[in-house]
Amino acid sequence: MSTQTTNAGSRPISAYLYKRAKLRLFGLIALPMFWIVGVYILSLFLLLITAFWFVDPFTSKVIPGFTLDNFISIFTVPAYLSTSIRTLLIALAVTAVSVLFAVPLGIYMAKIARPWVRNALAVAITLPLWAGYLVKIIAMRLVFTEEGFFNWALAPIGISGPTFSIPLVILTLTYLWFPYMALPVYTAIRQIPPNLFDASSDMGAKGFTTIYRVVLPLIVPAIIAGSVFTFSLSLGDYLVAKFTGGSTQMIGSIIASNINLNPPVAAAFSMVPIAFVLIYLMVARRTGSLERM
Amino acid sequence: MKGKKLSAFSLLAVSALILSGCSSSGDASGVKIEVPDIPMHESMGEFEGEVNIVNWAGFVDPKWTDKFEADTGCIVKSRTAGTSDEMVTLMRTGQYDIVSASGDAALRLIVGGDVQPLNVDLIPNFSDEIATGMRNNIYDTVNGKPYGVPIGRGANLLQYNDDVTKGAPKSWDVVWETNSPYKGKITAYDAPIYIADAAVYLMYHKPELGIKNPYALDKAQLDAAIALLKQQNTIVGEYWSDAVAQITSFAGGNTVVGTSWEILRKFAAKPNLKTTLPVEGSTGWYDSWLVSSKTKNINCSYAWMDYTSTASVNGAIAMNFGMAPANIAFCKSSAEAQAHCDEFAAEDEEFFKRIWPWTTPISTCVDGRKDVECTSFQEWTNAWATIKG
Repeated sequence: MSTQTTNAGSRPISAYLYKRAKLRLFGLIALPMFWIVGVYILSLFLLLITAFWFVDPFTSKVIPGFTLDNFISIFTVPAYLSTSIRTLLIALAVTAVSVLFAVPLGIYMAKIARPWVRNALAVAITLPLWAGYLVKIIAMRLVFTEEGFFNWALAPIGISGPTFSIPLVILTLTYLWFPYMALPVYTAIRQIPPNLFDASSDMGAKGFTTIYRVVLPLIVPAIIAGSVFTFSLSLGDYLVAKFTGGSTQMIGSIIASNINLNPPVAAAFSMVPIAFVLIYLMVARRTGSLERM
Repeated sequence: MKGKKLSAFSLLAVSALILSGCSSSGDASGVKIEVPDIPMHESMGEFEGEVNIVNWAGFVDPKWTDKFEADTGCIVKSRTAGTSDEMVTLMRTGQYDIVSASGDAALRLIVGGDVQPLNVDLIPNFSDEIATGMRNNIYDTVNGKPYGVPIGRGANLLQYNDDVTKGAPKSWDVVWETNSPYKGKITAYDAPIYIADAAVYLMYHKPELGIKNPYALDKAQLDAAIALLKQQNTIVGEYWSDAVAQITSFAGGNTVVGTSWEILRKFAAKPNLKTTLPVEGSTGWYDSWLVSSKTKNINCSYAWMDYTSTASVNGAIAMNFGMAPANIAFCKSSAEAQAHCDEFAAEDEEFFKRIWPWTTPISTCVDGRKDVECTSFQEWTNAWATIKG
């Protein structure tokens, strides 16, 4: 009895909360809920509301109201529509290129490489994450300028690199987001039991058949997880297009140039990547891979 | 104490002005523009202790703010903005007292009632030494009322890589026409106000369009300018708004010709990069201090405008940023100052006569036409968005 009293006396908060389950729960989720609802969802909601507002043609000031013109302009202005489609294709291309690089690399790292090579590669993949995002973009810009490193290094064998254009945008975005694809794919391949490879070869499957029939089906959830990052991060980016795209426009470019001049159009446009990602997640869900993530 | 001293000064200045009978009746071009009626500051009072400034990079620097703070007790809080549009957005929050606006932002702020008319009697350094071409311009002097104190100006010049072009291009056609030999290696300025550059080109080459002022375009004239910009889009290598990107683009060989500022050419530090003012003339940015209509620090704001209008401080800002100072008395102050003024054509009114100062397009035609409605900046913005496919 006396022990209990001492405990309650020395830890009054625990004792108090012990009897009140609801308060305990509140204490646990209050902060994250404030963050999600109060900061995250509220700001998104305010943004969505702005998309229905007007801009005063005389003073360029935003006036509350209700119009669907901003959304309609996404489809009726040819430059807007083509930019949306271009951005979607760029994001898909970045995802495809990332998968193409990540799977062979993951197989090599997980199953073939010696431990020290594996560690060195893991560091090499994650190293770019330590550098600033803008620094990496400017670095790509400098490497691929007309008189930059790439053209200088490959000039002797008669190769010239891509100029500031869509291919360079895809390359730069892949460079930025590749770790988000490579790491989950590598982890997934490591988790495949070695005896599955043995079983596959016992039944006469060659290397590529094993990869295609055994490895790929098992790592689809990891690829989907990685692609959510590569796809959605590419959709929202605009600095890559600005610095390495030449005159290439992406959805982000339109948002950036309208954020001061015409906030309602910028707000309406910010819904486009959200719509793309939702559709993407729904398709991914259909394949059943989200449950296994 | 210091505040009182200053008001004594301005009293003197006021009486001097009354005696000389000098009052600015300069009505920029006889154009009447609807503006909200906002009272101006009547007389100087106690300093409030701070002044919040939205400015271009390089306009506010401890090299001259330290002395101002010591003299007045007004602490300078500076927020650097990257574009005119950002400046307008920031000023509309009402959190800032004063802005170093270019003409394309200034008239927008005036018409929107975001800034107040100025009592120049309270700004003794707002003097006759201001370059002629920076006085009474429509972007900051509306219906005869001054709204801005000139800081400095610069032209949007044609920069070219002399190694490639072998001499200065005579015309802007190298950046507009599809048969340009530099196709794909052209850079254009990335903002709706660049539509005016297309209009300047059309003024010269298509007089039948009847463009008299590149900031007063009716619907048909705007359509012609947009068509030209769409044509340019097919030959442009890059659009620039970020100065660093423009410099690396020229220095790295990706761009051969395009819009630039004298100061960017200097920063690129390559002898083969040169600038020229082609036969059509060009646009330019003329910056002035404008005071918010919602300011809580009106006395500090006036003191700041007065202080920065002195030849030495105005010159220091101009040298730091790389532009022509508004107060040309600075040019005579030293050999170094004179060299700077010569390089940026500060005293060369003949040069600046060929430059159209950035002015926000509004529905009132600033060229004086009354029979048509001109296109507003919002229409320019919407049109600009359709250019880059």
